[in-house]
Amino acid sequence: MDFTEDQLQRYSRHIILPEVGGKGQKKILNAKVFIVGAGGLGCPVGYYLAAAGVGIIGMIDNDTVELSNLQRQIAHNTKKLGVHKVDSAKETFEALNPDVKIIGIKERISKDNIIDLIKDYDIIVDGSDNFPTRYLVNDACVMLKKPLVSGAILRFEGQVTTILPKEGHCYRCLFEEMPPPGLVPSCQEAGVIGAITGVVGSLQATEVLKLILGKGDILKNTLLIYDALKANFRRVKVPKNPECPVCSENPTITELLDYDAGYCRI
Amino acid sequence: MEDVRINKKINIKGLVCPYTFVKSKLAVEDMEIGEVLEILLDYEEAARSVPKSMEELGQKVLKVEKINDTDWVLLIRKDRS
Ligand SMILES: [Zn+2]
Repeated sequence: MDFTEDQLQRYSRHIILPEVGGKGQKKILNAKVFIVGAGGLGCPVGYYLAAAGVGIIGMIDNDTVELSNLQRQIAHNTKKLGVHKVDSAKETFEALNPDVKIIGIKERISKDNIIDLIKDYDIIVDGSDNFPTRYLVNDACVMLKKPLVSGAILRFEGQVTTILPKEGHCYRCLFEEMPPPGLVPSCQEAGVIGAITGVVGSLQATEVLKLILGKGDILKNTLLIYDALKANFRRVKVPKNPECPVCSENPTITELLDYDAGYCRI
Repeated sequence: MEDVRINKKINIKGLVCPYTFVKSKLAVEDMEIGEVLEILLDYEEAARSVPKSMEELGQKVLKVEKINDTDWVLLIRKDRS
């Protein structure tokens, strides 16, 4: 196994794990993971995947770093204000680990570009902050049969679930339709305790590594809910919906839709 | 001990934990079941911890021998992939 001396040292705490070893670390180095969003969740997900040595990490985000991001978006810093988030994250992650290649895309993800963007990646991570993107990413991953590790945070609560198309549930099995804009919390209500993004993002990164390694139980058919105020984790069973509009035998949604409609980005 | 055919040798003198185990483990991963690895090391703690870790992984420790003031030789047979 041809690790450099630096790699032996860098990944030693992985290699000595029975579930990883040299073979597992090679799998990680050869993996390609695409992260939607370089914000609250994308930062910790990218950070830990870069530290783990994931060979290629794609990231899409069209925003630039603002002061209000820095309470939780740990890949960025005060010197990066005004810089594109994907450029800021690329610099942070490549400085952490020169083994990884970060491909930053300064665009908004949409029904027109998502298929081309994600088709060459092994695993997709949703760290987006809005419902239209969440449904778009879900539908595209189901159509392309790509594993998707989805995370969400709001106030003091976080959620993680892993979608393995064909094998388990999808996001629409859980919530068939997007909530109408009126029922979504307004922007003022959408506060978030910064540290919770680290909890949820780290859970997502761990799911990605387990998928790469083929080890452990995946959050398939399961929604893991973290309540920070109660310091409590809860697992909720999510059965695959045999009538799901996108992942059932006879789907009613067979092409990507226009998802945006008057949503506030929380 | 009767003659053991050694298939691979590594010299990890100068290395400390966890690199002693990292190198030993990677060497074993690249071997076939039944093959024997000889490890030469000079870190005393590793002469105890590497055999213990190898047994935990299901490998057979054939020998742990102090060969001079500073060095140990371990023989590990790969029993499990
Ligand atoms: Zn579904």
